[in-house]
Amino acid sequence: MSVHRTSVALVAAAGALLALGPVIPNWAVSLVNVSLGIGVVVLGMMVLMRTGLVSFGHGLYYCLGAYAAGLASNRFGAPDMLAMVAGGALAALLVSAVLGLLLAKYREIFFAMLSLAFSMILYGLLVKSADLGSTDGFNVHAKSIAGFAVEGDAHRLGVYSVIVITAALCALLLDAYLRSHRGRLAEAIRDNELRVEYMGASVFATVHLNYVISAVLAGVGGALMAIHIGHIDPEMTYWPQSGEFVFIGILSGTGSVFAPLLGSVVFETVRSYAYEKSPDTWQMVLGVTMLMVIVFLPGGLWSLASRLRGRPDSARTGG
Amino acid sequence: MAVILDARGLEKRFGAVTAASNINVSVEQGAIVGLIGSNGAGKTTFLNMVTGYLRPDAGSILFDGRDITGQKPRRITQQGICRSFQIPQLYNSMSVAENLMVGVGIVASGGRGWAASNALDGTPEQAVSRMLEQFGLAGLRHRQAGLLPEGTRKLLDIAMAMVVRPRVLLLDEPTSGVSADEKFALMDMVMAAVRAMQVTVLFVEHDMEVVERYVQRILAFYEGRIIADGPPAEVLRDVEVRRFVIGEQDPPAGDRHA
Repeated sequence: MSVHRTSVALVAAAGALLALGPVIPNWAVSLVNVSLGIGVVVLGMMVLMRTGLVSFGHGLYYCLGAYAAGLASNRFGAPDMLAMVAGGALAALLVSAVLGLLLAKYREIFFAMLSLAFSMILYGLLVKSADLGSTDGFNVHAKSIAGFAVEGDAHRLGVYSVIVITAALCALLLDAYLRSHRGRLAEAIRDNELRVEYMGASVFATVHLNYVISAVLAGVGGALMAIHIGHIDPEMTYWPQSGEFVFIGILSGTGSVFAPLLGSVVFETVRSYAYEKSPDTWQMVLGVTMLMVIVFLPGGLWSLASRLRGRPDSARTGG
Repeated sequence: MAVILDARGLEKRFGAVTAASNINVSVEQGAIVGLIGSNGAGKTTFLNMVTGYLRPDAGSILFDGRDITGQKPRRITQQGICRSFQIPQLYNSMSVAENLMVGVGIVASGGRGWAASNALDGTPEQAVSRMLEQFGLAGLRHRQAGLLPEGTRKLLDIAMAMVVRPRVLLLDEPTSGVSADEKFALMDMVMAAVRAMQVTVLFVEHDMEVVERYVQRILAFYEGRIIADGPPAEVLRDVEVRRFVIGEQDPPAGDRHA
């Protein structure tokens, strides 16, 4: 039942956004692009949070994804949006599969800090790499979609469409995974690792898999942002960026794959307005927003949706 | 009856403490065996060695003829030995049905390591519903596990061990923390399920009333050794058992060692 509903809602939402693409103003296109690009990364945070883990270093994969996309387009002669997204996903997959072997053994603050350490190592490497533009990074220009060249207005609409479709696809796939038997182990592990082992499943293998999934999503998000912004730099793996993903993750809640996407829209909207209305104190506005969510909606913004539907906040289904 | 579990010469030391010394136990398929002994006698150590939580220093454990000594708990579960816990190990944020669904899901997504005997009968949802019925938990299926009373938590903990369809079930003090008027109801429920699924049971228990009522055979532990092994009537009359396990100072004259 639920699978059906979430999938239908995702497809409908993506369809509506695609239909609106040509008619909405530039600022709205930009808001959707940024929100969904970051939202895909936060989908990855959600997988980790369901497993009971918080990473303060997901900027690592966000940045890797962006650089892989940038290199695919500028160095490897593949300035195609789909190739760039695939490159971002692949880079994150390869690196996380290796780092995950170590990280999947750690929990809580140790996991968080170790992730942070790895992200700062990448930062250090990129800053020292003159060939990759050092602290300035470099410009990226995606020229085609699946081989079809796009320019001008078509380019703007093309970027928007690729981001909307990719985000919806990521959410659909993640939703299917989280509802599978394997996916549901995430919360079981968060609750009681010992019992999971005594029920015959490998905690390590599941944590490793979820880590890789979350990294790939961050890599895809990074590639999408590289395509949207047209520029990448090492700040993408600097710690405040990773902190922002955690911030949006907590703000959103983990109740549904919609949560990170909508939470990201709320975050970007609040940030844009706050920045416009009070350029000197916009962080304070975000801080107060977060404080209110933690006090009044400890399950994140998504728990508001569950409450309105008169159901207890639930990140689960089945049974 | 065929021997399903065979422990030979198990030894386990923790520093200067001997937790298991030359433990030899053969359990026949379908048997209900009680493990008794005072705290620190080695009952739980034995359980922990069989389920892979502890690796014995010496000796071997055969399950259905296969050596499972020192394998990981996960592997041992997959082959058909499952356990419950003295302190229930539940998924507290989930509902009762979801707690069972995790186990059913693990079996359903199976894989190489799983024994054929674990295979589910029907859909995952049916498997969960059957187990809920079997343990009298059907009315509580949507209740959050973390908010259940202790007796129900115990029951769910045992149901979670049964839901992966083991051939041998190890229960660690199933009635501890359960009120006196609930303990027989709980054990009746568990034993009915065990019989229905033809599971061999070993259970650690301090309550002699419970032991006498449900087991066909008792293993009495003392200081890491098995000091008596036999039918309840015989073991509970044994002088050493009465002195070291039950705690009588002066056993009645005329009783012999079993």
